[in-house]
Amino acid sequence: MQRAALLIGVVLLVLAVLAPWLAPVDPNKQSLIARFRPPLGFAGARPGHWLGTDELGRDILSRGLHGLGLTLMLAALGATLGLMIGGTLGLLAGVVGGRTQAAIMGAVDTQIAVPFTLIALFVLTVFGSTLTVLVVVLGLYGWEQYARIVRAEAARLMTLPFIEAARCAGASPVRIALTHVLPNLVSPLVVQFTPSLSNIILLESTLSFLGLGVQPPTATLGAMVGVGRDFMPTAPWIVLVPAALILAVTFSIQILGDWLRDRADVRLRRR
Amino acid sequence: MLNLALRTLLRMALTFFVIVTLVFLVTRLTGSPVDFVLGEGLTAEDRQILIRYYALDRPLWDQYMAFLRGFTDGEFGLSFVERRPVAQIVAERIWPSLQLLIAAVSVTLVVAIPLGIFAAVWRDRWFGSAVMVLAFFGYAIPDFVLAVFLVLTFSYWLNWLPVMGNGTALHFLMPTAVLSAALMRFTRNAMLDVLGQDYMRTALAKGLPEHRVILRHGLGNAWITILSVVGLKLAGLAASGSVVVEAVFSWPGIGELLVRSAIQRDYPVLQFGVVAVALAVIVINMLTDLAYGLADPRMRQGAGRCPSCTPPPPPARSAACGTRPMPCSGPPC
Repeated sequence: MQRAALLIGVVLLVLAVLAPWLAPVDPNKQSLIARFRPPLGFAGARPGHWLGTDELGRDILSRGLHGLGLTLMLAALGATLGLMIGGTLGLLAGVVGGRTQAAIMGAVDTQIAVPFTLIALFVLTVFGSTLTVLVVVLGLYGWEQYARIVRAEAARLMTLPFIEAARCAGASPVRIALTHVLPNLVSPLVVQFTPSLSNIILLESTLSFLGLGVQPPTATLGAMVGVGRDFMPTAPWIVLVPAALILAVTFSIQILGDWLRDRADVRLRRR
Repeated sequence: MLNLALRTLLRMALTFFVIVTLVFLVTRLTGSPVDFVLGEGLTAEDRQILIRYYALDRPLWDQYMAFLRGFTDGEFGLSFVERRPVAQIVAERIWPSLQLLIAAVSVTLVVAIPLGIFAAVWRDRWFGSAVMVLAFFGYAIPDFVLAVFLVLTFSYWLNWLPVMGNGTALHFLMPTAVLSAALMRFTRNAMLDVLGQDYMRTALAKGLPEHRVILRHGLGNAWITILSVVGLKLAGLAASGSVVVEAVFSWPGIGELLVRSAIQRDYPVLQFGVVAVALAVIVINMLTDLAYGLADPRMRQGAGRCPSCTPPPPPARSAACGTRPMPCSGPPC
């Protein structure tokens, strides 16, 4: 199961990275005589368009590959940004404690209390749906998870003897945080990174699906499903191809995430 | 208990205040609303008139106070698109949204929770595995993809169900299914956690019949978790889930209104809609917290609010990963 997921994940990643070279056609090239062509093997298919064409005659395989690349890149950027924001704030809260901790955790509680889709909707409308804004929005999604995990773990570590020893040896708080606490946080952070990645992919594709994420004609998987929705009765492949890609991505990330967490657990138990 | 209620209320008020302030600041600090609402083709003179009309020439503080006053006298301005009072537009949308939510929550209570319990009890049999696989699929599949698959199958292929709108009972089937799918994932894990506890083994060892142990000792403890998850999830659904589901099925509810006003840049509607939904979510969260306090005797004494973080819950397998767990930050309790 994990092997299969890992294999699918790696294949998808390679496909996404190599999209510009693998894609047979320019993903935005329109062709009015080749609109709504079904995938190869169905009546009316057009050679050269393996998975058919969409409502503007664009090659679905090429758009799918490029969309996959963009989706994964946005997710990776967003998840990393969230990790950095949440990790820093969580570390600060856990190490410093007191008022700082109360303020940071208050912000965390506020963010948890409000459904993030609302915030995303609002921010994207006000600042416009550019790629930069989108990455920031995706980064803000999930930072509170990191902050909570890091704070809890850092606060626990701060009570342990080796931290006290470091403090007695005259280490500054910054040094304690960076060289003594931070290395011990890597494993829980890695475990949190995977589900957060998959959540961010879900959010990005949902926003793009609703027409608020990446703007046309740029291809992302969510936007392809969103646009293709209008042509479902006559040309279901326009929707099915990107939907299948989204499923493959989230499934493999889910399974890998579970596997990672189980491994991390075992290590914790052994210690 | 009173202490807990007061603290919850205070936190709720504070959260709401922060949200309102942020919404205000975000809209005002990104430039004059007049510019990105009406944009091109506006003479300098008209622009001045509009700015005066919306009181944008006043100091920021006065605008903020006026914005806050809107919440006390129910004056939230006119929709840019429909030229009708915002409060009226939003109010029309409440009932359809509520209907959908009630349907989804009822289905969840009747189907998902028993299913989750059976899956947890019979976790070694095929039934448990089947539900488990279902839960995994349900978690990994985005709502909109599930919706698209359902529409393709039941509307276009089999021709059984209508695609959009909310006219008849048939219209309810697919949106309800998608919404309650989101809820189903959680029951099983809550029940599994409880079934693994020591007191369950003790009860069995005492010689109590199994069904009694499961119903009294197991469900008696699990329903607290279920309650809180349903409460929190319901709140999240009211916004996130409904936004997608309503948009996909053209359901005339608040979620659809929010997406539409976001795309049309209908600021007053979006601003008020976001604040209203946020308020609803906060209130539901608060009620959940209070119900939690009533349901779990351990919560009534002081420290409160996060029984799940002492001791840390065992990491639930699969379906619950990456979901937003119980809020249990703040000072260690």
